[in-house]
Amino acid sequence: MSDTPPLIAFSHVAKSFDGGRVKAVDDVTLDIAAGEFLAVVGGSGSGKTTLLRLANRLINPDAGTITIAGEDIARVDPILLRRRMGYVFQSGGLFPHMSIAANIGITPRLLGTPKPEIAARVDDLLDLVQLDRVQHRDRFPHELSGGQRQRVGVARALAAKPHIVLMDEPFGALDPVTRDALGADYRALHARLGLTTVMITHDMTEALLLADRVAVMREGRLAALGTAAELSRSDDPYVGELLGTPRRQAERLHAALSRNGTP
Amino acid sequence: MNLLSDPRWNDAIGHLPDYLGNHVRVSVAALVLGLAASFPLALMARNRPVMRSVLLVVASIVQTVPGLALLALFYPLLLALAALTSSWFGLGFSAFGFLPAVLALALYSMLPVLRNTITGLQGIDPALTEAARGVGMTPRQSLTMVELPLALPVIMAGIRTAAVWVIGTATLSTPIGQTSLGNYIFAGLQTQNWVFVLFGCIAAAILALVVDQLLALIESGLQVRSRIRVTAGIAVIAALIAVALAPSFARTKSGYIVGAKTFTEQYVLAALISQRLQAAGLPATTREGLGSNVIFEALVNGDIDVYVDYSGTLWANQFHNAGIAPREKLLADIKATLAQRNIILLGELGFENAYALVMPKARADALNIHSIGDLAAHAGAMSIAGDYEFFARPEWAALKKAYGLSFREQRQMQSNFMYAAVASGEVDVIAGYTSDGQIAKYGLTVLDDSRHAIPPYDAIVLLAPRRADDAKLKAALQPLLGKIDIALMREANLRASGTGADSLPTAVARWMWAKINEK
Ligand SMILES: Nc1ncnc2c1ncn2[C@@H]1O[C@H](COP(=O)(O)OP(=O)(O)OP(=O)(O)O)[C@@H](O)[C@H]1O
Ligand SMILES: [Mg+2]
Repeated sequence: MSDTPPLIAFSHVAKSFDGGRVKAVDDVTLDIAAGEFLAVVGGSGSGKTTLLRLANRLINPDAGTITIAGEDIARVDPILLRRRMGYVFQSGGLFPHMSIAANIGITPRLLGTPKPEIAARVDDLLDLVQLDRVQHRDRFPHELSGGQRQRVGVARALAAKPHIVLMDEPFGALDPVTRDALGADYRALHARLGLTTVMITHDMTEALLLADRVAVMREGRLAALGTAAELSRSDDPYVGELLGTPRRQAERLHAALSRNGTP
Repeated sequence: MNLLSDPRWNDAIGHLPDYLGNHVRVSVAALVLGLAASFPLALMARNRPVMRSVLLVVASIVQTVPGLALLALFYPLLLALAALTSSWFGLGFSAFGFLPAVLALALYSMLPVLRNTITGLQGIDPALTEAARGVGMTPRQSLTMVELPLALPVIMAGIRTAAVWVIGTATLSTPIGQTSLGNYIFAGLQTQNWVFVLFGCIAAAILALVVDQLLALIESGLQVRSRIRVTAGIAVIAALIAVALAPSFARTKSGYIVGAKTFTEQYVLAALISQRLQAAGLPATTREGLGSNVIFEALVNGDIDVYVDYSGTLWANQFHNAGIAPREKLLADIKATLAQRNIILLGELGFENAYALVMPKARADALNIHSIGDLAAHAGAMSIAGDYEFFARPEWAALKKAYGLSFREQRQMQSNFMYAAVASGEVDVIAGYTSDGQIAKYGLTVLDDSRHAIPPYDAIVLLAPRRADDAKLKAALQPLLGKIDIALMREANLRASGTGADSLPTAVARWMWAKINEK
C-alpha cells in the first residue's frame, strides 16, 4: 500500500483541550490509502473521536498538518470539505424535527441537488441500509429504534456520494446479528463504491474482521497500526491485551460449541 | 337593578369599535416593534456572554418599572426629542398618544422574547449543532434549518407571553393620550361606572386570550408543518389588524378634539363642550382620561383643541410658581404666560375646583374645628388622605408651611373613595375638591383656608394655538362662560357618580345645558 500516495495523511497532528491540560491527540502521524478501510480502536477518551473531527475540520489542530489527496485541508473551505465527506456521528446526530427522508437528503439539499433527484437517492439509500422505503421515509427519528436510527445515520453520510466516509461507532446500538450483517453490507458497499473509510469502534473483533488495517489509539497517541497479522506480531503489551480478548473469547466459544456438539 | 339590563352596557358596546380598534393597533405595533428589536439582539447575543447578560439585566430592569410609569416616562422623553428634531430638521412629530405608547409597550415586550430566544437557542443539544456543521451547513444554515426550528416552542412561548403582557399593559396607555380598552377602565373608575370597568377588563382579557390562542395555533402548525394551521392563524391575526386599521383610515382628522383629565368633572365638562360644538355644526370627539401633565402639552402641540383646566393647577404645576398670588393677579399672570405659548384662555366657567381640607361636619363641630388653623392643633393625632398627586404638589407644601400641619399618617387614595373613607372614619381628614358633589352627599364640611395657602382654582377653558382665530369655536363655547356656578357643578358631579343611564357624562352634560338655559 505504501506505493500509492495516501488519500488522507496526518502528519505530527496534535490537539489539546482545556488550555493544554487534556492532550486529546498527541503527535499522530498516519497515512490512509485511497480505497482503504481503516478501523480505529482504543479505550474511552483515547482521542478517537477527536482524530475524526480533525479530519473534516470540525476542529482545527494545534500542530501538524492533515492533507487530503495531497492538499492541506487548512487551506480548504471547511464547509465544502465537510459536504464532500460523509460523517456518521457517535450519538447519531439526526435532526429530530426533520423526517428520515429530510435527514438523509440534507447534504444533497445543501449542495443544491434537484428535489426529485434527492428523493430517488433517499429511496436507494433506504434500500441500501435495509429500511423499508414506504414505512420509514416520512417518519421522524424518535419513531425509530436505536438501531434503525444508526442505519439512517449511515445512509445520511453516503447521501452526497462522498469518496471518504468517517464513521464514529456507527453500529454501537445494534444487536450482534444485525451488527454483523450491516457491517458486512457496509464493507461490500465500501468495495463497490470505491470508498475510503475510517471507522471508530470499541469492538476489536469487529475491527479485525472488517478493516484492512487497525489503528490503536492510547492516551492520544497512535500505539500501533497494521493488519490483523501485523498486530498479532506486535510486542506492545496493550496491543497484546486488546488482541488477547477476542482470541480468548473465540477459543472459549469454540470449546463450548464443540463440547456440546460431540457425543 | 338587573345587571344585564343596565343601559350602560349598550353605551359600552357603542365605544367598542373605537377602543378595541385602537387597542389592537397599538398592541400589534408594539409587538411587531418589540419583536423586530429583540429577535436580532437575541441572535447577536447568543454567542456573546457579556452582551447576553447585559441585555437580560437591562430588559429585566425595564420589566420591574410599573407599566404606568414606563408609559408616562416616554411622554416627556419624546417631547424633548420632538423639540430637538423640529429645531434640527424642522420636522416635529406628536409625542402624544400612539408613539409613546408603542415605544413603551415595545420595550415592555422585549424581556420574554429576548430571554426565551436566548435560552431556547442555548438549550439545543450541542451534538445537533455539531451534526449540522458535520453535514456541511454554514452557521446561517445551522441557525435557520436546525437551531431556530428546534428552539421554536420556547421562542413562541416568549412571544405569547409578550403578547399577553402588551395587550394587558396597553390598557394603561389611556392617560398618555392613546385610546385603548383602558378608556373603559379609567372612565369607569372615575365616574363609578362599574359596568365600564368590568366591560374594559373582560374585553382586554378576551383579546389577550384570543391572540394567545391564535399564536398557539400558528406554533402548533409550524411544529407539525401544517400549512393550514399556520395560514389560518396568520389570516385571523391579519384580519384582526385590518379591522383595527380600517376605522383610522375612514375617520376624518379635521374634527375638534376635546380633552379630559382623569376625573368625573372633566368627563362631564368634555361631554358638555363637545355637545356644544356639535350643536354648532362642528364635528367633535373627546379624548378622555389624560394625565394632568400630558393634557397641557397635548394642547400646546395641537393634539387636542380644547380642554378645561384650573388656574391654580397651571400656576403651580405648569409654570412652577411657588407661593400665592391674589385671584386677579394670578389669572392675569397665567393669561400672559399662556399667551407666550400661543394658548388662548377663552374664559372662566364660573366655579372653582380647589383642593380643600374636608372632614365630617359633625366631627368638626364636636372638636370645634372650623378652619385649617383650628385643625393644626389636632393634626398630630389624625390621619389625612389625598389623591395620587396631592402630597407631591406645591399646595401641600404651602399648607404645611402656612399652618405648621403635621399629621400622624398620610395616605394616598383613588379620589372617588376618599369621601366615603372620611365619612366612615377610615381617615380623619381628606384633601378633597371643592366642586365634588360627595361633600354634600356625606355631610362633610370644607375647612376655611384663612391664610390663603391654596391658590384659587378657577375652571378655565383653554384653546390650542392653531384654534386661536377660530371664531366659530369661540362662539360655540361662549354661552358656557361664567354660567356654571359651584352649586351646579357639585350637583352635576354628584349625578355623574351615580349609577344608571342618567349618570353617563353625556346625559349629565345635557342636564347641565338645560339648567344653564333655565337661568
Ligand atoms: N470539546 C472538548 N473539550 C474538552 N475536552 C475534550 C473535548 N473533546 C474531547 N475532549 C477530551 O479529549 C479526550 C479525547 O476525547 P475523544 O472524544 O476523542 O475520546 P474517544 O476516544 O472518542 O472516547 P470514546 O470512546 O469514549 O468516544 C477526552 O479526555 C475528552 O474528555
Ligand atoms: Mg468518541
